[in-house]
Amino acid sequence: MATVTAPRRSTVLVARVARRSLWLTRELPVIPLLVLAVLTFVAIFAPVLAPHSKLDPVKPTKEQCMARYDMANCPYVDNLPPFWLPHGSWNLPLGTDYLGRDMLSRLMYGARISLVVALVGTLAAGVIGTWLGVLAGYLGGWWDQIIMRVTDAWLTLPSLVFAILLSSVRGPGLWNVVLILTLVFWSRYARIVRGGVLGLREQDFVKLAEINGVTKRRIIWRHIIPNVMNTVMVVFSLQIGVAVIIEASLSFLGVGVPPPEPSWGLMMAQERESLMEGRWWLAVFPGFCITLLVLSANMLGDWLRVRLDPQLRNR
Amino acid sequence: MRTFLLTRALYSVITLWLLTSIVFGLVRLTGDPVKMKAEAGADEAYMAQLRRDWGLDQPLYRQYISFLANLVQGDFGHSFTKSLAVRTIYFERLPNSLKLGLAAFTISMLLGVPLGMLSALKPNTWLDSFGKMFALLGLSMPGFFIGLVLVIIFGVELGWLPVLGKGNSAFVGGDPSTWVAFWFQDWQYLAMPAFALGWFFSGAMLRITRSSMLEVIGSDYIKLVRLKGIPEWVVTVKHALKNSLIPILTLAGLNLLVMVNVAVVVEVVFNWPGVGQLLYDALVNRDFPMVQGVVLMSGLMIVVLNFVIDVMYAYTDPRIRLSK
Amino acid sequence: MPPLLQVQDLKIYYFGFRGTRVVKAVDGVSFSLEAGETIGLVGESGSGKTTTCHAIVRVLPPGASIVGGSVLLEGEELLEKSPREIRAVRGRRIATIIQDPMSSLDPLFTIYDQVSEPAYYHRALRGRRLLQRVQELLTAVRIPSPEARMREFPHQMSGGMRQRIVGAIAQAGGPQIIIADEPTTNLDVTIQLQYLNLLKDLQRASGVALIFVTHNLGIVAKMCDKVAVMYAGKIVEQQPVRDLFYTPKHPYTRALLDSMPKLGSKEPLYAIPGQPPDPSALPPGCSFHPRCAHAVERCWTEEPGEQHLGDGRTVRCWLPLQEAKHA
Repeated sequence: MATVTAPRRSTVLVARVARRSLWLTRELPVIPLLVLAVLTFVAIFAPVLAPHSKLDPVKPTKEQCMARYDMANCPYVDNLPPFWLPHGSWNLPLGTDYLGRDMLSRLMYGARISLVVALVGTLAAGVIGTWLGVLAGYLGGWWDQIIMRVTDAWLTLPSLVFAILLSSVRGPGLWNVVLILTLVFWSRYARIVRGGVLGLREQDFVKLAEINGVTKRRIIWRHIIPNVMNTVMVVFSLQIGVAVIIEASLSFLGVGVPPPEPSWGLMMAQERESLMEGRWWLAVFPGFCITLLVLSANMLGDWLRVRLDPQLRNR
Repeated sequence: MRTFLLTRALYSVITLWLLTSIVFGLVRLTGDPVKMKAEAGADEAYMAQLRRDWGLDQPLYRQYISFLANLVQGDFGHSFTKSLAVRTIYFERLPNSLKLGLAAFTISMLLGVPLGMLSALKPNTWLDSFGKMFALLGLSMPGFFIGLVLVIIFGVELGWLPVLGKGNSAFVGGDPSTWVAFWFQDWQYLAMPAFALGWFFSGAMLRITRSSMLEVIGSDYIKLVRLKGIPEWVVTVKHALKNSLIPILTLAGLNLLVMVNVAVVVEVVFNWPGVGQLLYDALVNRDFPMVQGVVLMSGLMIVVLNFVIDVMYAYTDPRIRLSK
Repeated sequence: MPPLLQVQDLKIYYFGFRGTRVVKAVDGVSFSLEAGETIGLVGESGSGKTTTCHAIVRVLPPGASIVGGSVLLEGEELLEKSPREIRAVRGRRIATIIQDPMSSLDPLFTIYDQVSEPAYYHRALRGRRLLQRVQELLTAVRIPSPEARMREFPHQMSGGMRQRIVGAIAQAGGPQIIIADEPTTNLDVTIQLQYLNLLKDLQRASGVALIFVTHNLGIVAKMCDKVAVMYAGKIVEQQPVRDLFYTPKHPYTRALLDSMPKLGSKEPLYAIPGQPPDPSALPPGCSFHPRCAHAVERCWTEEPGEQHLGDGRTVRCWLPLQEAKHA
């Protein structure tokens, strides 16, 4: 397979991405894509797929109430084990949490949170970061110096630590997390895109356009941006995994998506005491979901990186 | 070399200035720390008092100047809850984090580098695939998840290792007898958190080692060394490894950033009294100056670390050492 | 008396895409080399010259397979040697100089380190004797103030100096044969001549045999005793150097000679029409026929075998050229 080294002009960005996606369908990494597809599907259709509510405790049956509390009626049955353990039931295949809510349903809704936050945050960061990277790379001079110095300084802060700082002034909340992700991650895009643009700038077709008096703005839109899209897509796919982990970490620490929403990280934090009492699954299931999502995203990103951009191959 | 070092030093200073300004700016722009603290329903007077205490009632440029002035003098603020200077508390906790960090770093090097080397020496074999999967898994599991899994297996089920805290060893600045013992005492407490932290990192080390070695092995000078008929192990150890080490160590140092991140959650999971947990406590207690202070200190540590790496680079790579 | 090196019918193929694609990089190459002799391997890029040399010392890339033939060094079969045995050959009996001086030296080790390595491992020299040997070697390649230079690093030297050091490294093991793979291609034109003279002097002093790989016929005229012209993995002509230039037998050789610019001539430059063939899809019959002015029908269908014309001369052509060319 030959890496596309001859850059092409494209009038419509979307058409180019679509054409490239078609070309990519050879030698697909099937498993990660499948996993991601399933997770996305679950996330989108959670309200339909989830057997129970994400927020309300499951209405227990008489038998369950009797078995747990020795009473005919009870508001909820907490800490019901998964179906393969004694007292578990197929009705609640993964058991209930400490407030009697169905684990499976909450995990499904949790997929929504992780995906939405990670995708939107990474996308927003990507738009800003790419734009700044292109400006710095193509315009050079003072633009480059200032943007790059700021980017470098920005990159010096560890992302989670930085995110915590911003959390402390904005507070928890789903859209706050998205904002934080955007603010933390744009710099990664900027640095890498700038590198790509620096290389592009020296290519003959760009120089030709410059000599022919094409305006800088047009060159940027018609030549530079379409040709860095490769790089941007790779960074995007690799950043999604990081974003998921940061969101989960923030929620785990209590400053991400707040309860009662079922963020996977939050669920793990809430069930830490259960660990000590031997109910390991309550914390492990959400963690497993996170790992699955991040692993698939990373595998996809790695594959993209090898296919699309030799510049990034050794990062 | 001198020019190189001077340039890097200057660069570090600029980065520090920018970094602190960014922290300053973002905090002021994205929210209101006072509201955060007083969220539990407080009245105007209290909030006004807080503002005065934290210096937030001044005009912005005044705040900025005093902010910078304080920093230059080493004043990173005062904790609201503990009535101590941030700096004092930070340095008290720092040895714990260093202990954890160094242990994790060692584990990650011991795991990642040899596997990465093997991967590079036998590319595209099952060994290589195993290595790549290992690396990927390490990078995909959140640190707190690994920590919890370890706690489940070794702490709860098997009961081999203690789960919380760091034991009684302490690094007391004034007492030299603790200086050495500190690093080696109570290793049982260190085992799990260090592994949790190191596992995440070892994936990165494996990749870096692998790609760095692959690049070196494919180079012309290695080809010539082979053509000289030198024994294979000499080619690998003397030439290939030494040439790969420079980028490995550099990137390893830079990856310390990631480690600092993961360290926060690992310290929380294991109740390890380091800087990460300090940050978390400050956050939970809405001790904003502390949060800001810890973040600034982390940034400072990293800039200093990067500079130290540059210095090491300057000494080990003859191309830099012998330049002007 | 058997020749120092005898390559017979060497075949090296690359198998790709799970055996469906075969690239015949070297397809039946035979030549011999006597002690102190210089043979030139001439051809365009991709003709198989470098692959042949790599095969002799067994440094082929993993995708390549030696499918047939033999390489005899003083009667010993090199292709059958174990990795350990062949390592004893490399550097000690056959040394190699590669093309790019800027990247062929390890940037982290001193010149002394790198030049002494072959002497250390192959001649077991140590300490003071090793130091002296390195000085001798550096002096022989005309590096000024060798004692000072020894302690320096490659990046402190120019391309020409580096290539001379590579020459010193080649001599360090005391080899019988040196393979020089386009050693002057990446050097400044002004330095090239100096380097070639140096190689010739080294050869005269040590009696080493030389395999000189190049695409430049001018260099061949200066350096070589005999020449083998390669095309698409085969040797199409092999003759002593003067005969090759005065009476080339193969149309390709003739075309190469014609395309050399002649000093003072006002004739338009001649270029061989067409492109070298894709090694994975060679034309049937004689590989050169699409570009040959003399091709007849037989050339399109039957591959010419190697004709021996006596005295070690060979040609692969159905219609070898008969008339003399005045160089």
